[in-house]
Amino acid sequence: MNVVETARLSKRYRGTWALRDCTLAIPAGHVVALVGPNGAGKTTLLNIAVGLTTPTAGSVTVLGGEPAGSPAARGGIAFVAQDAPLYANLSVADTLHLARDLNLRWDQPRADARLAELGIPPRRKVGKLSGGQQAQLALTLAVARQPELVILDEPLARLDPLARHDFMGSLMAAVTEDGMSVLFSSHVVAELERVADYLIVLSRGQVQMAGSVDDLLAGHCVLTGPAAEAGTLTARLPVIHGRRAGGQAHLLVRCGSDGAAPPGWQARRPCVPAMARRPSWGSFVVKIACGQRRGQRHREQRHREQRHREH
Amino acid sequence: MEIGKGVSGGAGAGGESGAAPRGASEAPPGGQAGAPPGGQAGAPPGGTAGPPEMAGGPSPIMFRLEPGSGVPTYRQLVQQVEQALRLGYLEPGDQLPRVKDVVESLAINPNTVLKAYRELENRGLAGGRPGQGTFVQGTLGRVGLAEQAELHRGMLGWLRAAVEAGLDPDGMTALFAAALREVTDGAGGETTARAGQPRRPSGRPGRPGRPGRPDAAGRGSQEGAA
Repeated sequence: MNVVETARLSKRYRGTWALRDCTLAIPAGHVVALVGPNGAGKTTLLNIAVGLTTPTAGSVTVLGGEPAGSPAARGGIAFVAQDAPLYANLSVADTLHLARDLNLRWDQPRADARLAELGIPPRRKVGKLSGGQQAQLALTLAVARQPELVILDEPLARLDPLARHDFMGSLMAAVTEDGMSVLFSSHVVAELERVADYLIVLSRGQVQMAGSVDDLLAGHCVLTGPAAEAGTLTARLPVIHGRRAGGQAHLLVRCGSDGAAPPGWQARRPCVPAMARRPSWGSFVVKIACGQRRGQRHREQRHREQRHREH
Repeated sequence: MEIGKGVSGGAGAGGESGAAPRGASEAPPGGQAGAPPGGQAGAPPGGTAGPPEMAGGPSPIMFRLEPGSGVPTYRQLVQQVEQALRLGYLEPGDQLPRVKDVVESLAINPNTVLKAYRELENRGLAGGRPGQGTFVQGTLGRVGLAEQAELHRGMLGWLRAAVEAGLDPDGMTALFAAALREVTDGAGGETTARAGQPRRPSGRPGRPGRPGRPDAAGRGSQEGAA
């Protein structure tokens, strides 16, 4: 079963295309990361899958063939929108009460247990909770609906690193217990490798690559070699993006299982953050994000990397 | 649940000292970390080491990750179980951390943990019991606990001396790695050098290629390689 399936899906807002000819089939049972820079179309795609936005062209079905936004689809999908919108003036307990009355399926003991485990006091006003607690409350509401698919739009964006870790930890625990599929968007790529086992890279409204992380990693390699030869190599090989640092070039290349490097070049296995970069970010690659390289790095380069990381 | 708290708290401690799983929880309360737990190799080390913290957790070990190491996450988990087996923190019959707990404390995909446990099962080190979890089955050759405690004490002395000399952890690691290489590679060199002397009076011309290893060194290098 595919939890989300699209065919030539497009969405235009006035003059600009937010999505263009997106064809995707996301199988069930995965933790799927939808990545791409701001404006790539992530939110649009998620909103269409949930049924909040109607596409300009193309088709989308969810949960094995249900039309997006249909009652069956809404019952089986829990959606946490960007910034986890909640009613700030309600108490935590009232928020649960509201959600219980608004949903057909609802697991109250589960919700109570989760909040107790997280140490979120039921009497407290939602507006008084920390950002991390609000995100956890939103996740609790989503999980208590016992969905087949949880969709989260930028769940990590406003959380500090510790809260991100905790949030992802409880999301993964929920996946372990309930076996639901997860689709979440993020432009924070650093932590995806440990969490996601399926990756979709969007760029300028189009699908750059999609597939299980293992397959994607096996099907690509990073070539490092003299920058002067990068041009001829790019013409010859399916280079996805490249970066030049001093006299060296690093190219992310689609390659078969043989993965033989051309003479003078070194081939290496890529990592998830490297895959998630869009082409024009090419200036910032690959080994840096992997944190694997030690020693031979130029100080100047390190400085630049630092600056990139902070953004 | 209290399990979650125990796990996250312990993980922090493990991160600080960066030592083997239970060694980490042993060190802070113990003060004098030398006390050999139980003394006999047969007694499970759980008897003395950190029972108050661990009471809630079903498993004697906790995993931690080194994100920058470049080692795939599932390999790190496998290696930590192996290490715990070698050091005697895990014995046959002990339960490995439950998938949900691992996933929650490390924020990793459940499939990663399952993959690690599957590999351990394939190698006969662990086995799944339906509805209960994954349990240790095999052992890896290891040194007795009393011996280990002695070595541990010696190492602490060395570490303190190194700190006094102004060495930072990276420096110590480098030095240790260098010395280890010297022992594992050089064990051959040393023995051949020594073998040069006894060769004349020796009465064992049997295996000239690999000259008779002294027992201790032989065992040490085997364990290093295992």
